[in-house]
Amino acid sequence: MTFSTQLIIALVQAGILVNLMLVAAAYMVLAERKIAAWIQNRVGPNRVGPWGLFQSFADVFKLYLKEDVVPAAADYRFHALAPVISIAVAITVYALIPFSPAVTIDGTTYSLTMAPNMDIGVLAVLAMTSVGVYGVALAGWSSNNKYSLMGGLRSSAQMISYELSMGLAIIAVVLCAGSLNLVDMIKNQNTGAWYVMYQPVGFILFFVTALAETNRAPFDLPEAEPELVGGYHTEYSGMKFGLLYLAEYANMLASSAIMAALYLGGWDAIPFVDDAAVLGQFITDPTTLSIALALLGHVVFLSKAFLLVFVFIWVRWSLPRFRYDQLMNLGWKILLPIALVNVIITGLVIHFTK
Amino acid sequence: MANVTSNTESQRLNFWERIYLPEIAKGLGLTLRQMFRPKFTRQYPEERWIPEGSYRGRPVLVQEEDGERCVACGLCSRVCPALAIEVRAGETERDKERFPEKFEINMLRCIYCGFCEEVCPEEAIVMSKDYELVFGSQEEGILGKDKLLVPVAQLQERLEFLRQWR
Repeated sequence: MTFSTQLIIALVQAGILVNLMLVAAAYMVLAERKIAAWIQNRVGPNRVGPWGLFQSFADVFKLYLKEDVVPAAADYRFHALAPVISIAVAITVYALIPFSPAVTIDGTTYSLTMAPNMDIGVLAVLAMTSVGVYGVALAGWSSNNKYSLMGGLRSSAQMISYELSMGLAIIAVVLCAGSLNLVDMIKNQNTGAWYVMYQPVGFILFFVTALAETNRAPFDLPEAEPELVGGYHTEYSGMKFGLLYLAEYANMLASSAIMAALYLGGWDAIPFVDDAAVLGQFITDPTTLSIALALLGHVVFLSKAFLLVFVFIWVRWSLPRFRYDQLMNLGWKILLPIALVNVIITGLVIHFTK
Repeated sequence: MANVTSNTESQRLNFWERIYLPEIAKGLGLTLRQMFRPKFTRQYPEERWIPEGSYRGRPVLVQEEDGERCVACGLCSRVCPALAIEVRAGETERDKERFPEKFEINMLRCIYCGFCEEVCPEEAIVMSKDYELVFGSQEEGILGKDKLLVPVAQLQERLEFLRQWR
């Protein structure tokens, strides 16, 4: 393949990915409202379209029509930059997530991931998610509002505290896999056990820290509405607010997808069974087989990711918010030691069994 | 907050409660069960709520075949704590010699206390079941006789309630 064809393929992939993810984020807002309603014995949005399915479009359309107010004392350029950073970072993560195995058509292999076989995959994902805090902190700072600033500061402090435990939880998985490459890690889980069976503590650690990283309840202190009005997005309106809001949901889906890839076997449908071998008994043509595997991979991967998103939403509507000191105590005094012990035990077990 | 070094509440918890996760799982189970319970929502414009006879909605004047029951004594206007009722009496040649020439209730002032109904010697003004009170302007909120008069047949339930309980 020449460079220009590769570029065109990458651009088309990027266009599809960005649009799909924004629509998915918009629909996650609807899902959140529906699930919140069910938990509270209500019905939820059901007026726009059948079963309320066009509510997301109505919401986004409304945001576009709203006046975009910028506080007089705010720094206009940073105020406009912050939501862009948030959404850009949130979407970039999707480029690294392998949703399905590569497709082989007549001997040529096409990878359906934007950045396939990146050797530092997990590390790049961690790096991108931690850049996301800049968007939040900048949004809080540039608004020139003390509540927004408090929200931004809390977000930075929270992310720094929880990123440590998250990194250590990932290190344990990396020790199991012996690779930082997400595709290799999923391939290791394809034939054997999923890493959640080796790393149950690590999975719970990662889930809790992912809640904190995406500013979701019970760790949604940056936008704690009883204390901080709206937190970092108090001074945002119109589509800028919409971008911050969509970025939050895109982040949620991204961390769910990473959890699915690292712990739940990615595109692997059944643990301990090689999907390719099972399907290979029915489909003999290698091209058809690889396309079928890719389709199956997408369905399985996305259903795992959305199941985790459902758990995120479910947790939000079940648990009360942590107090700030409780949050810090949990992060530094409980999660970090557990994560360290988890890494040490994993390392020792691997050292003495291999 | 700053000087609190120990949380006495957490010291009263047992081990399983203190490691959080089982309790969190219990809480999640509770909310999951709620999801499948029947919903409380009433789909308002399609499903309307019909109140009991005891409901105090918009006050209305009772209309019989030969005209209104009201004799324009002005007691309702006198007792109204919100000063919402205005009555001007007129005279006729019929058996009941007095009738209200003008009877206005300002729905922007009415507080639905039901004193007018309670004080009325003729059972001529009663509280109806009408709770959908929307006005396009302040002037529309002042209801005259044309909107206040309601045939007695529609008010039977309220009149029976009043006879039974007052």
